[in-house]
Amino acid sequence: MNKNSNTYQILYAAVMVLLVGSLLALIYMALKPKQNENIANDTRKQILSALHIAAPDDSQVKETYEKYIIQDLLVDPEGNVVDSAQNVAFNVDMKKNVKLDERQLPVMKCKMDDGSIKYVLPMYGAGLWGPIWGYVAVNDDGNTIYGANFSHEGETPGLGARIADKDFQDLFVDKHLFLNGEYKGVVVLKKGQKSVTGAEQIDALTGATITSLGVSAMLEDCLAPYKSFLMKLQGNSGAQPAADAAETEINDNQPE
Amino acid sequence: MLSKKNKEALFNPLSKDNPVLVQILGICSALAVTASLEPAIVMGISVICVLAFSNVIISLLRKTIPTNIRIIVQLVVVAALVIIVQQILIAYNYDVSKQLSVFIGLIITNCILMGRLEAFAMHNRPWPSFLDGIGNGLGYTIVLLIVAFFRELLGSGKLFGYQVVPQWCYDHGYENNGLMILAPMALITVGCIIWVHRAHNKELQED
Repeated sequence: MNKNSNTYQILYAAVMVLLVGSLLALIYMALKPKQNENIANDTRKQILSALHIAAPDDSQVKETYEKYIIQDLLVDPEGNVVDSAQNVAFNVDMKKNVKLDERQLPVMKCKMDDGSIKYVLPMYGAGLWGPIWGYVAVNDDGNTIYGANFSHEGETPGLGARIADKDFQDLFVDKHLFLNGEYKGVVVLKKGQKSVTGAEQIDALTGATITSLGVSAMLEDCLAPYKSFLMKLQGNSGAQPAADAAETEINDNQPE
Repeated sequence: MLSKKNKEALFNPLSKDNPVLVQILGICSALAVTASLEPAIVMGISVICVLAFSNVIISLLRKTIPTNIRIIVQLVVVAALVIIVQQILIAYNYDVSKQLSVFIGLIITNCILMGRLEAFAMHNRPWPSFLDGIGNGLGYTIVLLIVAFFRELLGSGKLFGYQVVPQWCYDHGYENNGLMILAPMALITVGCIIWVHRAHNKELQED
C-alpha cells in the first residue's frame, strides 16, 4: 500500500489515536484509587500543618490525622451544626463549594495534645495563575487564629508561591477575627496601608500583589460565612473572650 | 549484542556526544529541576524511560510511519509515555510529582526526545535505538546530577535532603548561598561544566 496516500495516513492516525487513547484510559483507571489516596493524604497533611502538627512520617499521615481530628461538622450560616457524620467536612469538595447561597460550611474539630480544642476552617480562592486554597485553625474562643496553611496550584515560584512558605503562614498566628465583639476578619495588605474596617492585617508578599490580594479575598470570602458559628463559640467558652473584648474596648476608646 | 556501533550508540552520549553539554539540548528542564538531587534523579529516570521506550516504539514502527505525519506520530508516542510516567509518579511518589509538577509534562517538549527520534530511531533497528535512548538519557541524567549536587550542597548545605554541612560551620558564620537555588546559578553551573568538559576534550573546542 502506498504509504503517502491520504487514506493510509488518515487510517494510520485514527488507529494510532484509538489505541493510545484506550491504553491511557486503562492506566488511568488502574492507578486512580492509589492516586486518590495520595491526594487525600496530602490534604490531611495540609490540615495538620495548619494545626502545627507534622506526622512522624508519610505512612502515618492518616493515623495522625485521625488521632487529632475528633469530629467533622457541617454548619449553616446561622452557626448551627447541620451534620456531623464521619469525614463529612473532609469530603466537601471546595472547588464545587463556591456559590455563597448554597455553600456548605465544613468545620474540622480538633483536640490537641494539651486537651485544647481547635476548629479548622477550609478555604478556596483564586491566585494569579490558578486556584489557591488553605486551612485556618481557630482557637475555641472563636476569635484567635491558631495557625494557617496555604497551598496553590501554579503561583510563580519565588513570588506568589511563597504563600505556601511557613514564614508567611506564621504571620497569621494570634491574629484576631473579631474587634469589640464585631466580626472583622483578617486582611492581607501592603506594608504601610491601613485596613479601613479596623481588621487585623498581615503584610503582603513583595512582588506578589495579585496572589496576596487573592489570599485576602479568599479569607474574606470564606471566613465571613462562619461569623455566627464563631460567635457561638465565643458564647460557649465563657469568661475569657469577654475579658478579651473588654480589653480591646479600652484600647479603642480614644479615636471617637 | 554490543557491536562497535551499538557501543557507540550507548556510550558516546555520556561524554563526547552529550546531549546537554555538546548538543545543548534539554537545557530548560536541566535548570528547572536541579535545585536538589531527588527531583533531578526522578527527572533523569523519567527521561531515560521515556526516551528508551519511545525510541524502540518509533524504531519498530519506522517502516509503517507515513513521512508526512511522522512528527505527529512521534509526538503522540512521546506524549503517551510521558502521561504514563506522570500517572505512575502521582500514584507512587506523590511528593516528587508535586515538586516536578509541570516539568514531567514538559518532557514532551524536551528537544532531546524529538532529536533522537528523528535522527536515530527513524533509521535504525530497535535494539540500537534502545541503547541510543538509554545512552542519551544517561548523558542527560549525569549532567542533571552534577548540577544538582553543587546546587543542593552550596544552596541548602544538604545532599538528598540530609544535612551535610555541620552545624559548627553555621555557628562560625557560614551561610548557605541562596543564589544557588535560583535558575541563574544553574545556568552558570552548566556553563562551568561545559568549560571543564571542553578543556578535557580538545576535539570539541571550536576556534
